[in-house]
Amino acid sequence: MSARAFRLPAALARPGAPALMPRPRLWMGLVLLAGFALSVAVAEAQQAAAGRPGALAVLRQWTPFILQGFALNLGMSFLAMAIATVLGLGLGLMQIARSPVLRLPAKFVTHLFRNSPWLVILFAVMYLTPFQMRLPQLGLVMIPDWVKATAAFSLPVMANISEILRGAVNSIPKGQWESAESLAFTRGQTLREIILPQCIKRMIPAWMNWYALLALATPMASILGVHEAVGNAQAAMEAAGSRPEFLGPFYLFLMGLFFVYIYPISLLTRRLERRYAVTL
Amino acid sequence: MPSPSEPTRDAAPIISLRDVRLSFGAFEVLRGISFDVARGEVVCIIGPSGSGKSSLIRCINGLNPLGGGSITVCGIDVGDPKLDKRALRRRVGIVFQQYNLFPHKTVLQNVMMAPLKVLREPRAEVEARARALISKVRLDGKENAWPGELSGGQQQRVAIARSLAMRPDVMLFDEVTAALDPETVKEVLNTIRDLAAEGMTCILVTHEMGFAREIADHVYFTDQGVIVEHGPPAELFGAPADLRTRQFLDQVL
Repeated sequence: MSARAFRLPAALARPGAPALMPRPRLWMGLVLLAGFALSVAVAEAQQAAAGRPGALAVLRQWTPFILQGFALNLGMSFLAMAIATVLGLGLGLMQIARSPVLRLPAKFVTHLFRNSPWLVILFAVMYLTPFQMRLPQLGLVMIPDWVKATAAFSLPVMANISEILRGAVNSIPKGQWESAESLAFTRGQTLREIILPQCIKRMIPAWMNWYALLALATPMASILGVHEAVGNAQAAMEAAGSRPEFLGPFYLFLMGLFFVYIYPISLLTRRLERRYAVTL
Repeated sequence: MPSPSEPTRDAAPIISLRDVRLSFGAFEVLRGISFDVARGEVVCIIGPSGSGKSSLIRCINGLNPLGGGSITVCGIDVGDPKLDKRALRRRVGIVFQQYNLFPHKTVLQNVMMAPLKVLREPRAEVEARARALISKVRLDGKENAWPGELSGGQQQRVAIARSLAMRPDVMLFDEVTAALDPETVKEVLNTIRDLAAEGMTCILVTHEMGFAREIADHVYFTDQGVIVEHGPPAELFGAPADLRTRQFLDQVL
């Protein structure tokens, strides 16, 4: 009996990974905002009494600097997602290849990067790649840390996109393969014309979920000195005198910043999940 | 009753099965099936569920591997390890119980796809043929509909048109009305009736005994992987010789 007969029923073979993010609710946002406001108000009152600029004033002063860092978070997330998507789809296609020469290495790479902590991958990429490169025209060029961090973040997402593709292909009913086969389509034609086009819709929600996780992971790059939002916020607090009352407003501001960006994405993801829900 | 292993016709058969065997693990699904089908003949295979009818029909176009014996279709040896399956499948059309239309393509695209991509025929020619076939299965006006918008019976007729677009020499029908609402069964049977009247060689696995009796030139009753009894429908339905056949017909009629 062919291996295909052992494929999981479509309902069990879920495309993509389980949703790792908690389901955001409106009240969570309100609590966040209330906490933020309260914390700022208390701190401002205390500082005004002491005659120093309050944390809010300092935060306002440094906001452009933090936002500049946030732009790098966004840039890293876009670039890493683009790399992860291209490589992940390639790896996913290799995973469903019939030739073990393609399939086995792809499975190894996929499982290696799916099952490693992102931080470990980040350190590994940082320290295993050269800090400079000889380019044909430009001579010795330093590889910026943010580029290395971007490459590192793309690896686990690549592996997960590879699995999303494999899961989506497996979720297509067996009858689609059989009818294509019976119409004398080749395997390649069947994949290109019939199977993969049906996979795209099924993959989009999981793909977006991984984008959100990726964007949320980019502050890890601050550990390695990349000047993204969190790194810049920390630098700003230091420059303003490292007063402990900065911590609340600055970190709540960072949370708010990411929340405002990610929440709409996760709302859209869930809406698409419902719309594209596979009903069999 | 003539022995199933004897060729029953003088004309060179278009399909010829000899001692066909198939096992799934230790379970023997087919235990030596032999028969011939002449060009233009309509053959119905009936029998209880699990008697191997569907497995048998799927062996004929190479969807199931052959566990033993031989099958020849239009001169192609299906059991040949170097079999060009795509060449075989250009000659043999199959329609499944679950239609299996391509949901991301319209009716017209479903019908046109294989001739365009597999046979690489000119688009204008393929489109003209596809439109004629859609009209033939009485789905005029549904060319641009999506499969999901159609009833089961309509989808099944698209599946028949899609298969016919490859201009097969033989059509296999694997319980094509089993998943349909009773009111749409008739429209699909009408389509098959038209096809048979035009001289298409057809093998049907079916539970529609009335239809089998009306349309078939020859009926095979299978049980537990063997042909128990076969003959012209009037004979098999009118005066079944074997006890098992009688019991089965008593249950379903």
